[in-house]
Amino acid sequence: MHTFGEVSRDRFMKTLAGYRVPDPGTQPNLLHPPYASSLKRAPTQPLVPIPYTLSEITGPSFAPDLVSPSASDLTRQSKGEPLGERIVVSGRVLDEDDRPLSNTLVEIWQANAAGRYLHEIDQHDAPLDPNFTGAGQAITDAEGRYRFVTIRPGEYPWLNHHNAWRPAHIHFSVFGPAFCTRLVTQMFFPGDPLLPFDPIFNCTLDEKARNRLISLFDWETTVPLQALGYRFDIVLRGREATPMENK
Amino acid sequence: MSPQTTTSQTVGPFFKLGLEWLNCDNLAGAGVSGDRITIHGRVLDGDGAPVPDAVLEIWQANAHGKYAHSEDTQDKPLEAGFHGHGRIATNATGEFFLTTIKPGPVPGPRGQEQAPHLLISIFMRGLLKRLVTRMYFPNDPQNASDPILHCVDPARCATLIASSAADESGALEWNVILQGPDETVFFDLGL
Repeated sequence: MHTFGEVSRDRFMKTLAGYRVPDPGTQPNLLHPPYASSLKRAPTQPLVPIPYTLSEITGPSFAPDLVSPSASDLTRQSKGEPLGERIVVSGRVLDEDDRPLSNTLVEIWQANAAGRYLHEIDQHDAPLDPNFTGAGQAITDAEGRYRFVTIRPGEYPWLNHHNAWRPAHIHFSVFGPAFCTRLVTQMFFPGDPLLPFDPIFNCTLDEKARNRLISLFDWETTVPLQALGYRFDIVLRGREATPMENK
Repeated sequence: MSPQTTTSQTVGPFFKLGLEWLNCDNLAGAGVSGDRITIHGRVLDGDGAPVPDAVLEIWQANAHGKYAHSEDTQDKPLEAGFHGHGRIATNATGEFFLTTIKPGPVPGPRGQEQAPHLLISIFMRGLLKRLVTRMYFPNDPQNASDPILHCVDPARCATLIASSAADESGALEWNVILQGPDETVFFDLGL
Protein backbone atom coordinates (compact mmCIF):
# COMPACT_ATOMS: atom_id res chain seq x y z
CA MET A 1 0.00 0.00 0.00
CA HIS A 2 1.34 3.39 -0.98
CA THR A 3 1.15 5.95 1.80
CA PHE A 4 0.89 9.68 1.46
CA GLY A 5 2.81 11.10 4.39
CA GLU A 6 0.98 10.14 7.51
CA VAL A 7 -2.25 9.57 5.68
CA SER A 8 -2.79 6.35 3.85
CA ARG A 9 -4.54 6.66 0.54
CA ASP A 10 -6.85 3.83 1.49
CA ARG A 11 -8.32 5.91 4.25
CA PHE A 12 -9.33 8.53 1.73
CA MET A 13 -10.61 6.26 -0.96
CA LYS A 14 -13.86 5.22 0.58
CA THR A 15 -15.87 5.10 -2.57
CA LEU A 16 -13.51 5.72 -5.48
CA ALA A 17 -10.86 3.43 -6.87
CA GLY A 18 -7.56 5.22 -7.48
CA TYR A 19 -4.72 4.37 -9.82
CA ARG A 20 -1.70 2.24 -9.02
CA VAL A 21 1.71 3.78 -8.52
CA PRO A 22 4.39 2.67 -10.99
CA ASP A 23 7.21 0.45 -9.68
CA PRO A 24 10.18 2.36 -8.25
CA GLY A 25 12.73 3.37 -10.87
CA THR A 26 10.39 2.91 -13.81
CA GLN A 27 9.63 6.61 -14.17
CA PRO A 28 12.18 9.44 -14.38
CA ASN A 29 13.01 11.81 -11.57
CA LEU A 30 12.25 15.42 -12.33
CA LEU A 31 15.85 16.49 -11.77
CA HIS A 32 18.27 14.66 -14.05
CA PRO A 33 21.51 16.70 -14.23
CA PRO A 34 22.82 15.07 -17.46
CA TYR A 35 19.74 16.64 -19.10
CA ALA A 36 20.81 20.26 -18.75
CA SER A 37 17.34 21.76 -19.23
CA SER A 38 16.11 20.04 -16.06
CA LEU A 39 18.47 22.07 -13.85
CA LYS A 40 16.49 25.33 -13.87
CA ARG A 41 13.09 23.81 -14.48
CA ALA A 42 12.68 20.83 -12.14
CA PRO A 43 11.11 21.88 -8.84
CA THR A 44 13.44 21.77 -5.84
CA GLN A 45 10.80 21.20 -3.15
CA PRO A 46 9.43 17.71 -2.64
CA LEU A 47 6.15 17.05 -4.40
CA VAL A 48 3.24 17.19 -1.95
CA PRO A 49 1.37 13.90 -1.69
CA ILE A 50 -2.38 14.16 -2.00
CA PRO A 51 -5.15 11.59 -2.12
CA TYR A 52 -7.02 10.93 -5.32
CA THR A 53 -10.37 12.61 -5.48
CA LEU A 54 -13.06 12.78 -8.12
CA SER A 55 -10.92 15.52 -9.71
CA GLU A 56 -8.00 13.20 -10.44
CA ILE A 57 -9.90 10.07 -11.45
CA THR A 58 -11.94 11.94 -14.04
CA GLY A 59 -10.35 13.48 -17.12
CA PRO A 60 -11.00 14.73 -20.61
CA SER A 61 -12.52 12.57 -23.30
CA PHE A 62 -12.75 13.32 -26.98
CA ALA A 63 -15.33 12.50 -29.61
CA PRO A 64 -14.08 9.94 -32.14
CA ASP A 65 -14.89 12.36 -34.96
CA LEU A 66 -12.44 14.92 -33.53
CA VAL A 67 -9.79 13.20 -35.60
CA SER A 68 -10.23 12.40 -39.27
CA PRO A 69 -8.89 9.04 -40.46
CA SER A 70 -6.40 10.89 -42.69
CA ALA A 71 -4.79 12.49 -39.63
CA SER A 72 -2.97 9.21 -38.96
CA ASP A 73 -1.28 9.09 -42.37
CA LEU A 74 1.55 11.62 -42.25
CA THR A 75 2.63 10.71 -45.78
CA ARG A 76 -0.60 12.01 -47.34
CA GLN A 77 -1.03 15.42 -45.75
CA SER A 78 0.36 17.31 -48.74
CA LYS A 79 0.08 17.19 -52.50
CA GLY A 80 3.41 15.43 -52.90
CA GLU A 81 4.99 12.56 -51.04
CA PRO A 82 7.47 13.29 -48.28
CA LEU A 83 11.07 12.18 -48.66
CA GLY A 84 12.47 9.39 -46.56
CA GLU A 85 11.70 5.85 -45.55
CA ARG A 86 7.97 5.17 -45.22
CA ILE A 87 7.10 3.23 -42.04
CA VAL A 88 4.01 1.98 -40.22
CA VAL A 89 3.97 2.62 -36.48
CA SER A 90 1.17 0.84 -34.69
CA GLY A 91 0.33 -0.64 -31.34
CA ARG A 92 -2.14 -0.74 -28.54
CA VAL A 93 -2.91 1.57 -25.68
CA LEU A 94 -3.69 -0.58 -22.66
CA ASP A 95 -3.60 -0.44 -18.90
CA GLU A 96 -1.50 -2.44 -16.45
CA ASP A 97 -4.21 -5.08 -16.29
CA ASP A 98 -3.84 -5.61 -20.05
CA ARG A 99 -7.21 -4.01 -20.70
CA PRO A 100 -7.44 -2.13 -24.00
CA LEU A 101 -8.08 1.60 -23.68
CA SER A 102 -10.48 2.38 -26.48
CA ASN A 103 -11.46 5.84 -27.73
CA THR A 104 -8.40 7.50 -26.34
CA LEU A 105 -6.60 10.28 -28.17
CA VAL A 106 -3.04 9.63 -29.39
CA GLU A 107 -1.05 12.59 -30.72
CA ILE A 108 2.38 12.31 -32.31
CA TRP A 109 5.02 14.71 -33.60
CA GLN A 110 8.45 14.14 -35.05
CA ALA A 111 11.34 15.42 -37.16
CA ASN A 112 11.43 14.75 -40.89
CA ALA A 113 13.79 12.26 -42.55
CA ALA A 114 16.61 14.81 -42.42
CA GLY A 115 16.22 15.35 -38.66
CA ARG A 116 14.49 18.73 -38.90
CA TYR A 117 11.26 19.77 -37.18
CA LEU A 118 8.75 22.04 -38.85
CA HIS A 119 9.12 24.54 -36.00
CA GLU A 120 10.45 28.08 -36.03
CA ILE A 121 12.93 27.49 -33.22
CA ASP A 122 14.54 24.45 -34.87
CA GLN A 123 17.74 25.90 -36.33
CA HIS A 124 19.34 22.61 -37.36
CA ASP A 125 20.99 23.03 -40.75
CA ALA A 126 18.99 20.33 -42.50
CA PRO A 127 16.27 20.79 -45.10
CA LEU A 128 12.58 21.10 -44.35
CA ASP A 129 10.33 18.88 -46.43
CA PRO A 130 7.43 20.80 -48.01
CA ASN A 131 5.41 17.58 -48.02
CA PHE A 132 5.87 16.66 -44.37
CA THR A 133 4.54 18.34 -41.26
CA GLY A 134 5.49 15.59 -38.82
CA ALA A 135 2.24 15.79 -36.81
CA GLY A 136 -0.54 13.22 -36.59
CA GLN A 137 -3.47 12.12 -34.45
CA ALA A 138 -5.48 8.98 -33.95
CA ILE A 139 -8.23 7.70 -31.67
CA THR A 140 -7.82 4.13 -30.48
CA ASP A 141 -10.35 1.55 -31.65
CA ALA A 142 -12.33 -0.87 -29.49
CA GLU A 143 -9.22 -3.02 -28.94
CA GLY A 144 -7.12 0.00 -28.01
CA ARG A 145 -5.27 -0.07 -31.33
CA TYR A 146 -3.79 2.87 -33.20
CA ARG A 147 -1.89 2.95 -36.50
CA PHE A 148 0.18 5.70 -38.09
CA VAL A 149 1.84 5.77 -41.49
CA THR A 150 4.80 8.11 -41.41
CA ILE A 151 8.45 8.63 -42.37
CA ARG A 152 11.30 7.33 -40.27
CA PRO A 153 12.56 10.46 -38.45
CA GLY A 154 16.21 11.45 -38.70
CA GLU A 155 18.62 11.85 -35.81
CA TYR A 156 19.62 15.44 -35.06
CA PRO A 157 22.17 17.39 -33.03
CA TRP A 158 21.28 19.42 -29.96
CA LEU A 159 23.16 21.64 -27.55
CA ASN A 160 22.92 19.64 -24.31
CA HIS A 161 26.64 18.74 -24.32
CA HIS A 162 29.53 18.56 -26.78
CA ASN A 163 28.55 16.65 -29.93
CA ALA A 164 25.15 15.71 -28.53
CA TRP A 165 22.78 13.90 -30.91
CA ARG A 166 19.24 12.76 -30.26
CA PRO A 167 18.46 9.22 -31.37
CA ALA A 168 15.62 8.93 -33.88
CA HIS A 169 12.33 9.22 -32.00
CA ILE A 170 8.65 10.00 -32.29
CA HIS A 171 6.88 11.96 -29.53
CA PHE A 172 3.65 10.38 -28.24
CA SER A 173 0.94 12.06 -26.15
CA VAL A 174 -1.86 9.93 -24.70
CA PHE A 175 -4.74 10.81 -22.37
CA GLY A 176 -6.29 7.59 -21.07
CA PRO A 177 -9.40 7.58 -18.90
CA ALA A 178 -8.37 10.01 -16.15
CA PHE A 179 -6.40 13.13 -15.29
CA CYS A 180 -3.90 10.90 -13.51
CA THR A 181 -3.33 8.59 -16.51
CA ARG A 182 -2.12 11.35 -18.85
CA LEU A 183 1.24 10.45 -20.40
CA VAL A 184 3.71 12.02 -22.81
CA THR A 185 6.58 9.86 -23.95
CA GLN A 186 8.93 9.16 -26.85
CA MET A 187 9.25 6.07 -29.05
CA PHE A 188 12.69 5.00 -30.22
CA PHE A 189 13.92 2.57 -32.89
CA PRO A 190 15.67 -0.77 -32.35
CA GLY A 191 19.42 -0.83 -32.87
CA ASP A 192 19.92 2.94 -32.77
CA PRO A 193 23.61 3.48 -31.90
CA LEU A 194 22.83 6.80 -30.19
CA LEU A 195 20.60 5.32 -27.48
CA PRO A 196 23.35 4.65 -24.91
CA PHE A 197 24.45 8.30 -25.13
CA ASP A 198 21.10 10.04 -24.91
CA PRO A 199 20.46 11.62 -21.48
CA ILE A 200 16.72 11.78 -22.16
CA PHE A 201 16.33 8.10 -23.06
CA ASN A 202 18.59 7.23 -20.11
CA CYS A 203 16.78 9.36 -17.53
CA THR A 204 14.97 6.29 -16.17
CA LEU A 205 16.89 4.11 -13.73
CA ASP A 206 15.18 0.83 -14.58
CA GLU A 207 16.75 -0.63 -17.72
CA LYS A 208 13.74 -2.73 -18.67
CA ALA A 209 11.47 0.29 -18.37
CA ARG A 210 13.83 2.28 -20.58
CA ASN A 211 13.98 -0.43 -23.18
CA ARG A 212 10.20 -0.58 -23.41
CA LEU A 213 10.45 2.82 -25.13
CA ILE A 214 12.18 1.08 -28.05
CA SER A 215 9.69 -0.05 -30.66
CA LEU A 216 9.88 -3.57 -32.09
CA PHE A 217 10.40 -4.28 -35.74
CA ASP A 218 7.29 -6.18 -36.78
CA TRP A 219 6.77 -8.38 -39.86
CA GLU A 220 3.07 -8.60 -39.16
CA THR A 221 2.47 -4.89 -39.77
CA THR A 222 5.13 -4.57 -42.46
CA VAL A 223 3.35 -3.84 -45.74
CA PRO A 224 4.90 -5.71 -48.69
CA LEU A 225 6.58 -3.35 -51.19
CA GLN A 226 5.40 -0.38 -49.07
CA ALA A 227 6.63 0.14 -45.54
CA LEU A 228 8.42 -1.52 -42.63
CA GLY A 229 6.30 -1.98 -39.53
CA TYR A 230 7.24 -0.99 -35.98
CA ARG A 231 5.15 -1.89 -32.99
CA PHE A 232 4.90 0.29 -29.89
CA ASP A 233 2.43 -0.49 -27.13
CA ILE A 234 1.69 2.21 -24.57
CA VAL A 235 0.70 1.18 -21.07
CA LEU A 236 -1.15 3.55 -18.76
CA ARG A 237 -1.58 3.15 -15.02
CA GLY A 238 -3.86 0.39 -13.82
CA ARG A 239 -6.77 0.82 -11.50
CA GLU A 240 -6.44 0.01 -7.84
CA ALA A 241 -8.78 -2.60 -6.50
CA THR A 242 -11.87 -0.85 -5.25
CA PRO A 243 -11.98 -0.31 -1.49
CA MET A 244 -14.85 -2.78 -1.27
CA GLU A 245 -12.76 -5.52 -2.81
CA ASN A 246 -9.79 -4.46 -0.75
CA LYS A 247 -11.22 -4.56 2.73
CA MET B 1 3.50 -10.81 -16.37
CA SER B 2 1.21 -7.86 -16.50
CA PRO B 3 2.48 -4.85 -18.44
CA GLN B 4 3.95 -1.87 -16.62
CA THR B 5 3.21 1.79 -17.12
CA THR B 6 5.21 3.30 -19.96
CA THR B 7 8.02 5.61 -18.90
CA SER B 8 7.38 9.32 -19.26
CA GLN B 9 9.61 11.48 -21.46
CA THR B 10 9.83 15.22 -21.98
CA VAL B 11 7.67 17.02 -24.55
CA GLY B 12 10.89 18.72 -25.68
CA PRO B 13 11.07 22.09 -27.41
CA PHE B 14 8.95 21.28 -30.48
CA PHE B 15 5.66 20.11 -28.93
CA LYS B 16 3.73 22.93 -30.61
CA LEU B 17 3.93 20.93 -33.80
CA GLY B 18 1.95 18.06 -32.34
CA LEU B 19 -0.15 19.68 -29.63
CA GLU B 20 -1.17 23.12 -30.88
CA TRP B 21 -4.08 21.83 -33.01
CA LEU B 22 -5.98 21.08 -29.79
CA ASN B 23 -5.18 24.35 -28.02
CA CYS B 24 -8.22 25.73 -26.21
CA ASP B 25 -8.00 28.89 -24.12
CA ASN B 26 -11.74 29.36 -23.66
CA LEU B 27 -13.73 26.77 -21.75
CA ALA B 28 -16.75 29.04 -21.38
CA GLY B 29 -18.46 28.53 -24.71
CA ALA B 30 -22.06 29.37 -25.57
CA GLY B 31 -24.55 27.57 -23.40
CA VAL B 32 -22.12 27.01 -20.55
CA SER B 33 -23.47 28.47 -17.32
CA GLY B 34 -21.41 30.11 -14.62
CA ASP B 35 -19.36 33.18 -13.81
CA ARG B 36 -16.92 34.01 -16.61
CA ILE B 37 -13.39 34.51 -15.42
CA THR B 38 -10.16 35.32 -17.18
CA ILE B 39 -6.87 34.13 -15.80
CA HIS B 40 -3.51 35.53 -16.68
CA GLY B 41 -0.18 34.26 -15.49
CA ARG B 42 3.45 33.59 -16.20
CA VAL B 43 5.72 30.59 -15.91
CA LEU B 44 9.14 31.39 -14.45
CA ASP B 45 12.23 29.19 -14.19
CA GLY B 46 14.91 28.91 -11.50
CA ASP B 47 16.53 32.16 -12.65
CA GLY B 48 13.21 33.96 -12.57
CA ALA B 49 13.31 34.00 -16.36
CA PRO B 50 10.08 33.56 -18.30
CA VAL B 51 9.51 30.13 -19.80
CA PRO B 52 8.38 30.68 -23.40
CA ASP B 53 7.93 27.00 -24.20
CA ALA B 54 5.53 25.56 -21.62
CA VAL B 55 2.15 24.01 -22.27
CA LEU B 56 -0.53 23.89 -19.56
CA GLU B 57 -3.51 21.58 -19.60
CA ILE B 58 -6.57 22.41 -17.53
CA TRP B 59 -9.17 20.04 -16.19
CA GLN B 60 -12.15 21.33 -14.27
CA ALA B 61 -15.76 20.78 -13.24
CA ASN B 62 -18.60 22.97 -14.45
CA ALA B 63 -20.30 25.68 -12.40
CA HIS B 64 -22.47 23.04 -10.72
CA GLY B 65 -19.42 21.07 -9.60
CA LYS B 66 -19.80 18.23 -12.09
CA TYR B 67 -17.12 16.80 -14.34
CA ALA B 68 -17.84 15.85 -17.95
CA HIS B 69 -16.83 12.25 -17.27
CA SER B 70 -18.69 8.98 -16.92
CA GLU B 71 -17.39 8.35 -13.39
CA ASP B 72 -18.92 11.55 -12.10
CA THR B 73 -22.33 10.14 -11.21
CA GLN B 74 -23.53 13.13 -9.20
CA ASP B 75 -27.04 14.23 -9.89
CA LYS B 76 -26.05 17.66 -11.19
CA PRO B 77 -26.66 19.29 -14.59
CA LEU B 78 -24.05 19.04 -17.33
CA GLU B 79 -24.37 21.33 -20.35
CA ALA B 80 -23.62 19.68 -23.68
CA GLY B 81 -21.14 22.40 -24.62
CA PHE B 82 -19.01 21.96 -21.53
CA HIS B 83 -16.00 19.64 -21.73
CA GLY B 84 -13.79 21.01 -18.97
CA HIS B 85 -10.51 20.57 -20.83
CA GLY B 86 -8.18 23.35 -21.89
CA ARG B 87 -4.71 23.44 -23.40
CA ILE B 88 -2.70 26.66 -23.50
CA ALA B 89 0.90 27.44 -24.37
CA THR B 90 3.01 30.24 -22.93
CA ASN B 91 4.02 33.04 -25.28
CA ALA B 92 7.47 34.54 -25.90
CA THR B 93 7.32 36.34 -22.55
CA GLY B 94 6.24 33.26 -20.62
CA GLU B 95 2.63 34.44 -20.27
CA PHE B 96 -0.57 32.48 -20.65
CA PHE B 97 -4.24 33.51 -20.80
CA LEU B 98 -7.34 31.48 -20.08
CA THR B 99 -11.05 32.22 -20.11
CA THR B 100 -13.32 29.84 -18.26
CA ILE B 101 -16.10 29.65 -15.72
CA LYS B 102 -15.57 29.27 -12.00
CA PRO B 103 -16.21 25.61 -11.22
CA GLY B 104 -18.54 24.63 -8.43
CA PRO B 105 -17.36 22.64 -5.42
CA VAL B 106 -16.84 18.92 -6.03
CA PRO B 107 -16.86 16.00 -3.59
CA GLY B 108 -13.64 15.23 -1.77
CA PRO B 109 -12.39 12.50 0.54
CA ARG B 110 -14.68 11.22 3.29
CA GLY B 111 -17.65 13.22 2.11
CA GLN B 112 -15.92 16.55 2.53
CA GLU B 113 -16.47 19.07 -0.21
CA GLN B 114 -13.51 20.49 -2.11
CA ALA B 115 -13.27 24.22 -2.74
CA PRO B 116 -13.59 25.28 -6.40
CA HIS B 117 -10.34 24.56 -8.21
CA LEU B 118 -8.73 23.91 -11.57
CA LEU B 119 -6.36 20.99 -12.06
CA ILE B 120 -3.31 21.88 -14.09
CA SER B 121 -0.70 19.72 -15.83
CA ILE B 122 2.46 21.47 -16.93
CA PHE B 123 4.75 20.20 -19.68
CA MET B 124 7.93 21.74 -21.07
CA ARG B 125 11.42 21.04 -22.27
CA GLY B 126 13.42 20.15 -19.17
CA LEU B 127 10.54 18.35 -17.47
CA LEU B 128 10.92 14.60 -17.92
CA LYS B 129 7.42 14.14 -16.59
CA ARG B 130 4.58 16.57 -16.18
CA LEU B 131 4.04 18.69 -13.10
CA VAL B 132 0.62 18.66 -11.49
CA THR B 133 -0.81 21.53 -9.49
CA ARG B 134 -4.11 23.24 -8.75
CA MET B 135 -5.39 26.77 -8.95
CA TYR B 136 -7.87 27.92 -6.30
CA PHE B 137 -9.91 31.12 -6.25
CA PRO B 138 -9.22 34.15 -4.06
CA ASN B 139 -11.55 34.89 -1.15
CA ASP B 140 -13.53 31.68 -1.54
CA PRO B 141 -14.82 30.76 1.92
CA GLN B 142 -14.43 27.05 1.12
CA ASN B 143 -10.64 27.34 0.72
CA ALA B 144 -10.26 27.23 4.50
CA SER B 145 -11.75 23.76 4.73
CA ASP B 146 -10.41 22.32 1.46
CA PRO B 147 -8.98 18.85 2.15
CA ILE B 148 -6.21 19.17 -0.47
CA LEU B 149 -5.03 22.57 0.74
CA HIS B 150 -4.85 20.94 4.16
CA CYS B 151 -2.14 18.61 2.81
CA VAL B 152 0.04 21.64 2.05
CA ASP B 153 2.42 23.55 4.33
CA PRO B 154 0.37 26.67 5.19
CA ALA B 155 3.36 28.85 4.31
CA ARG B 156 3.19 27.58 0.72
CA CYS B 157 -0.61 27.50 0.25
CA ALA B 158 -0.65 30.97 -1.28
CA THR B 159 1.12 29.63 -4.37
CA LEU B 160 -2.04 27.68 -5.19
CA ILE B 161 -4.48 30.56 -4.85
CA ALA B 162 -4.91 33.10 -7.65
CA SER B 163 -5.01 36.79 -6.84
CA SER B 164 -7.22 39.52 -8.24
CA ALA B 165 -5.37 41.49 -10.87
CA ALA B 166 -4.24 44.94 -9.77
CA ASP B 167 -6.08 46.67 -12.60
CA GLU B 168 -9.57 45.94 -11.16
CA SER B 169 -10.55 44.23 -14.41
CA GLY B 170 -11.92 41.30 -12.45
CA ALA B 171 -9.26 39.12 -14.00
CA LEU B 172 -7.29 36.69 -11.90
CA GLU B 173 -3.56 36.34 -11.82
CA TRP B 174 -1.80 33.08 -11.06
CA ASN B 175 1.85 32.34 -11.73
CA VAL B 176 3.81 29.12 -11.92
CA ILE B 177 7.20 29.47 -10.22
CA LEU B 178 9.35 26.41 -10.90
CA GLN B 179 12.07 27.00 -8.30
CA GLY B 180 13.05 29.29 -5.44
CA PRO B 181 11.50 30.71 -2.28
CA ASP B 182 8.12 31.22 -3.94
CA GLU B 183 8.16 27.87 -5.70
CA THR B 184 4.67 26.72 -6.63
CA VAL B 185 3.38 23.65 -4.81
CA PHE B 186 3.36 20.65 -7.13
CA PHE B 187 1.53 17.49 -6.17
CA ASP B 188 2.62 13.88 -6.02
CA LEU B 189 0.02 11.79 -7.82
CA GLY B 190 2.39 8.85 -8.07
CA LEU B 191 3.40 9.78 -11.61
